[in-house]
Amino acid sequence: MESEELENKARKIRIDVIRSLAEAGSGHLGGSLGLADIFTALYFFLLKHDPKNPVWPDRDRLILSIGHVAPVYYASLAHAGYFPVEELLTLRKLGSRLQGHPGRDHGLPGIELSAGSLGQGLSVAVGMALAGKIDQKNYLVCSVHGDGELQEGSIWEAAMSASHHKLDNLIAIVDRNKVQIDGPTSDVMEIEPLADKWKSFGWQVFQCNGNSTPDFISTFQEARKTFGKPSVIIAKTQMGKGILEIEGDYRWHGKAPSKEEAKKFIALLDRQGFSQEN
Amino acid sequence: MFELKEMKPTRFGFGEGLCGLGRQYENVLALGADITSSVSMDFFKKEFPDRFFSFGIAEQNIVGVAAGLALSGKVPFMSTYGVFAALRTTDQIRVSVCYNNVNVKIGGAHVGISVGPDGATHQALEDIAVMRVLPNMTVLSPCDATQTRLATIAAYEQVDGPVYIRFGREAVPNFTPPDMDFRVGKAQVFREGGDCTIVATGHLTWEALKAAEQLQQEGISVRVVNLHTIKPIDEALLIACARETGAIVTAEEHQIFGGMGSAVAEVLAKNYPVPIEFIGMDDSFGESGQPTELMEKYKMTSTHIAMACRKVIKRKSDFKLKI
Repeated sequence: MESEELENKARKIRIDVIRSLAEAGSGHLGGSLGLADIFTALYFFLLKHDPKNPVWPDRDRLILSIGHVAPVYYASLAHAGYFPVEELLTLRKLGSRLQGHPGRDHGLPGIELSAGSLGQGLSVAVGMALAGKIDQKNYLVCSVHGDGELQEGSIWEAAMSASHHKLDNLIAIVDRNKVQIDGPTSDVMEIEPLADKWKSFGWQVFQCNGNSTPDFISTFQEARKTFGKPSVIIAKTQMGKGILEIEGDYRWHGKAPSKEEAKKFIALLDRQGFSQEN
Repeated sequence: MFELKEMKPTRFGFGEGLCGLGRQYENVLALGADITSSVSMDFFKKEFPDRFFSFGIAEQNIVGVAAGLALSGKVPFMSTYGVFAALRTTDQIRVSVCYNNVNVKIGGAHVGISVGPDGATHQALEDIAVMRVLPNMTVLSPCDATQTRLATIAAYEQVDGPVYIRFGREAVPNFTPPDMDFRVGKAQVFREGGDCTIVATGHLTWEALKAAEQLQQEGISVRVVNLHTIKPIDEALLIACARETGAIVTAEEHQIFGGMGSAVAEVLAKNYPVPIEFIGMDDSFGESGQPTELMEKYKMTSTHIAMACRKVIKRKSDFKLKI
């Protein structure tokens, strides 16, 4: 997929994130919009996967540690062909396969892990990467984390073990949007110097603009070449990216748009699409 | 049928079972949490160095790693002291293991006050309660070293999902025959009797047999059930015991609140209510001391079980008189 096509895909994913959240009436909009470019790059360019065969043993694994951004995960999987896009409108409803936080037991194809309790996904990714080494497989394990999530101690237990076991088939992506529910990460609990922390835990550190698909793609491809140790990509993003009036606003972390707001936001994204396509 | 063959720590049974599984099944792995020799994982480590992985003193991470390995077709066994294996890691076990319903086997070692001198911080007395409340979890509590070996093998061969196996540090009576059947979820009648039933788990099953022997001298006939699987619990057998003997004593090296006795009471309250007495820790922490001293102080010996039997039989007859 060309860069412009990817941008257009990210825009469509954003629209479906907004649609599904407005229909659900609750959920996390800010982080889902901020991660739309990264998820588009992963599912439509970088990851080796097969929507027709979600359990293909050689697939790259994407572990979503921050289950609360499920809307962008679901929208990406639907657009990639794992299930019908219209099913996104069942998000958070009784009997839906689209649980508020991903739950494998509800049978949605493409879900690698039931997750939502912060700080656990990196450990699971370490286990999967270790299994890949044991079985001499070439698949990559890629985990997605929030920056606030890095305040959980178990993340650093996992980080230590990944470098100890030399898991160069593991790439962790940190969604560095600098905000969390209570406000700026620097006020709630400072996590800087972040690159130094990962470095000191034995990781190869990369930084990029997570809202630029070309920048993220080239960084990821570089990270994939790392030998003998795991890699982390600290991807700077903006919460709420794509909707100017909410960009960077932490109050949108755990909020869904009203029907009216959704209409307005989608119209904005549609106009962006119009200018992109013309 | 049961005679004391030797004194042997149940953790040795875990180590033997794990090695046996390693020889038979390629996908069995062991994850170490620093204290591998304490939990008898070092035999596996020595025999299968390529299938042993050290993760240090970081229990929350080990549980998540185990989930990741299980999601990739492996069957990881992790073990550390029960206080850490079950309690420090509860959220990881709840979400990464049980909610994902993955094939992770957790060995809770050094459980109960019989750990002795280490004191309260290291005496797991809450692990049964916390593990049995988690959906998808199987909870095993074998009665001696021989049965712990069988339970470890059964955790792999009979259960496709999370299992918590509980075992201890101290040498305790090893008395069951090695060829005895072990079916997960199927409790065992170790002694027949009609006046009451002792439902025991872990090494207290031996104490229960001793209590039954003492009571026989007094003309009291006591049935002894070894409840090696606390979840899923053998409802049918427990209901039959309540119906046939009319009184129950439960015995476990664990808090009374939420433990095996509570699980038995849940079944009987619903299906066939009879008087029950509970032997276990009475809502307190343990302390340092020799294992035998502690079992005596906290009232978990055969003498205490026998006293509870006399009491429950009296309650049964008082109950009948009232009716």
